[in-house]
This record gives sequence, structure tokens and C-alpha cells, in this order.
Amino acid sequence: MTVGGWQPARVVDAVAATPSARLLKLQVPGWPGNDAGQHVDIRLTAEDGYQAVRSYSIGSYGPGDTIELAVDEIPEGEVSPYLVRDVLPGDELEVKGPLGGYFVWRPGGVEPVQLIAGGSGIVPLMAMVRAARDAGAAASFRLLYSVRTAEDAIYRDELGRVATDGGVGLTWRYTRAAPTGWQGRLGRVDGDVLRGATWDPDRQPIVYVCGPTGFVEHVADALVQLGHPSARIRTERFGGA
Amino acid sequence: MAVVSRGFGARRRESDPRLPPGQYLTEDFPVLSAGPTPRIDLDQWRFGIRTGGGAEVSWTWDEFQALPIEDVDTDIHCVTRWSKLGTSWRGVSLDTLLESVESDASYAMAHSYGGYTTNIPLDELRDGQAWVAFEFEGEPLDPEHGGPARLLVPHLYFWKSAKWVRGLTLMDDDEPGFWEQNGYNMHGDPWTEERYW
Repeated sequence: MTVGGWQPARVVDAVAATPSARLLKLQVPGWPGNDAGQHVDIRLTAEDGYQAVRSYSIGSYGPGDTIELAVDEIPEGEVSPYLVRDVLPGDELEVKGPLGGYFVWRPGGVEPVQLIAGGSGIVPLMAMVRAARDAGAAASFRLLYSVRTAEDAIYRDELGRVATDGGVGLTWRYTRAAPTGWQGRLGRVDGDVLRGATWDPDRQPIVYVCGPTGFVEHVADALVQLGHPSARIRTERFGGA
Repeated sequence: MAVVSRGFGARRRESDPRLPPGQYLTEDFPVLSAGPTPRIDLDQWRFGIRTGGGAEVSWTWDEFQALPIEDVDTDIHCVTRWSKLGTSWRGVSLDTLLESVESDASYAMAHSYGGYTTNIPLDELRDGQAWVAFEFEGEPLDPEHGGPARLLVPHLYFWKSAKWVRGLTLMDDDEPGFWEQNGYNMHGDPWTEERYW
């Protein structure tokens, strides 16, 4: 499969996901579908021809010509503020993709799957959660999701639904403030948290970690310390601008 | 004619003729790796070059440090769209390393601690185009950026500059490395946007 060129896309839905992030649905005529975990390049063109391109993870998966992105605003950025604050249903942009063939999950494997997200790193993992739910594989999935506060959690309500009744095993980790009634501790994901909330290395899970660079470095190191083979830990880091 | 995005362009970054198409400037140094960061002890570290016949030359860290060391000032370009201008590195030229090897191979596969691989035409590792670098901005290269040593091939997208490099295997025919099997271009020239399949 080759990626091909830029394809026109139309924003068909734009709703707030957190105080700083927005869910965008884009209709892309001719979109070939995508695996859970892939990303897409987004190109914006100003009226004078100035262009900017950025990559975003796709929160949706499968066939169909509508894809979902969850964009978190980087205050000093030039693309994310536009996508979070300015763009409206009916607006047009261009996409290239789907991209990436490694940080993906496809149904059919037998091993348990551990997902670990920091902040907006949930987006490609959400696509995997949805794919697992639809494939009847949710019970083999666990998700550890680290957020500053409950209101910073993208997909909070949907995750709550997917986690019930034999669904994905979901553990929240709050770093700044917890919701009322929360019994757990606050703080970063560390070895103790990983031991309690993730598949044991003996189960030979495949582990996907996505989030800011510092989070991913820290979590991946801790997973190696716990005995997970490096080759079974797949990472995707957000960093810089 | 590209689609115009209504109202876009109010906050724009400076452009620069040193930026390849589709890239933006960053002052940061983002990290992109497919897995955990390997930790390599210097007394265990080796860099080796293996030829098609199976012969291998290799250097320990101390032997490597005794080779001629070059200062390299260069721009770097990541396929994820960031570029960083005027970075400074120190390392050993591949010209120096390849002098120790007799081969008429045309391609090289770089191998890394941790299992990463990437393929590069051998011609593009010669003539002052590539180094094995161990210092960045005057400091030892951080593990998350590829330390103790990484390949530095700055005229190609930066995934070709393999982190944690431990050697090259010389090949008669081109073969895809890790990202080249996972959707990325066999060659990776940023000026012609050789990004994806």
C-alpha cells in the first residue's frame, strides 16, 4: 500500500474534549480505512498560499471515509490552536495517510495487550480500545491512563463505558488532583503503579506506551525494570513543538 | 491548487531557505524511538563493520576515541516535520571507518543496540556525508538521543541517523530496515520529500 498524495477533507464535527482539546471528525472522500494506532498528516493552507503540516494520531479505525482526531492545543503552536479554537464544521483542509505500520494493533493475536497513555497520548490507544471492543477482545486489554485531573481526560465517558462488564481493564492515574471520592494516591506512574495496574511480564503482553517524551521514557524504563522485554514495548513519543 | 483552510495563517512561523519543503523549525530536540531507550555500558560498547564475506572489523570505545575526531555543524530534518538548524556534533567520519574495510558493496544496513535497523546507500556514507557521533552541543550524547553513539547522516531524514548504533553490514543489494518495512521511504531525501512508501 502506498500513501499517495494530499486528499481534500471536510470537517464534519468539532466538539470540546477537554478544556484544551477538541475532537474533530473529518470526512475524507476515498479514505482507504486505517488500522488502530496509525496517524495522518494534516496540511493547512492560508489564503496567500502559506502552508503548514503536522502529524496527528487517529482515534478511529477501520473502513469508512470519516476519521476522528483529538487535538490538544500547544499554546505556542501554529496549527493546534487553529484546529482547537478556530476550525468549524464545513471547513476544509488536506490529509495524507494513513501513516505508520508499527505502532498499530490488529485483531487476531492471542497475547494480552497493555496500553499505557499519558495525556493526549490516549488517542491512538483509544483506536485500539475501540478495535478490541468491536473484535470481542476487550477482556484481554488493560489500559492505564495518566492525566493531570479528571477533566483533562480525553474520551473519559467512552472509556468508562468500555471498561464495564468484562470490558477493557481501566486504571486511572491522576498526577495533580483526583475526583471527589477517589481512594488512590496522586502522582506519576512508577514501578508500584505498573505492578498493580498492568499485565505481569509472565503473561507476555505486548505493551503500547504513548504520551509526552518524558512520560514515555520514564514508563518504558520502568517496564524494562519490571522484566518486560524491550522488543515487546512499542512506544510513541510526543515532543517539542 | 491546494484547498484553502478558512482563517488559517494568523500565527505562522518564520520560514528559512535552509528548511526543506513541509518542515518547520524547532528549538527543541524531540525524541522519536519505537521502543524503550537502551542503556549501553561504554566498556561493553563496540562498533563493527561486517562485509558480505563475513569479515568484521570492530572498535572498542577506547579504540574508537583514538581515531581522528571531527566537528560537524549541520541542520537536521525529521520526517515528522521538525527541523533543527545549526546543530553541532563531534564524531568519527565514516570515511575513516570504511578505510579499514575492503568491499565493493553498494549498500549498508546500520544495526543498533535494541534491534533497530536502517538501510543507506554506501555512496551516501562516504565523502564527508556521515559520521558516528558521540557528542551533541559539546556534551556526551544523551541516551534518549542515541548515546553513547549514533549514526549521523544529516542529508537524509533523521530516522536514517540510527541511534545506539553498533555497526554496519555491507550489502550488494538494498534491503529495507525497520521503518522502511513500516511505511517509510527506502532513501529519505528531505529536499524531495521522500517520506513514505
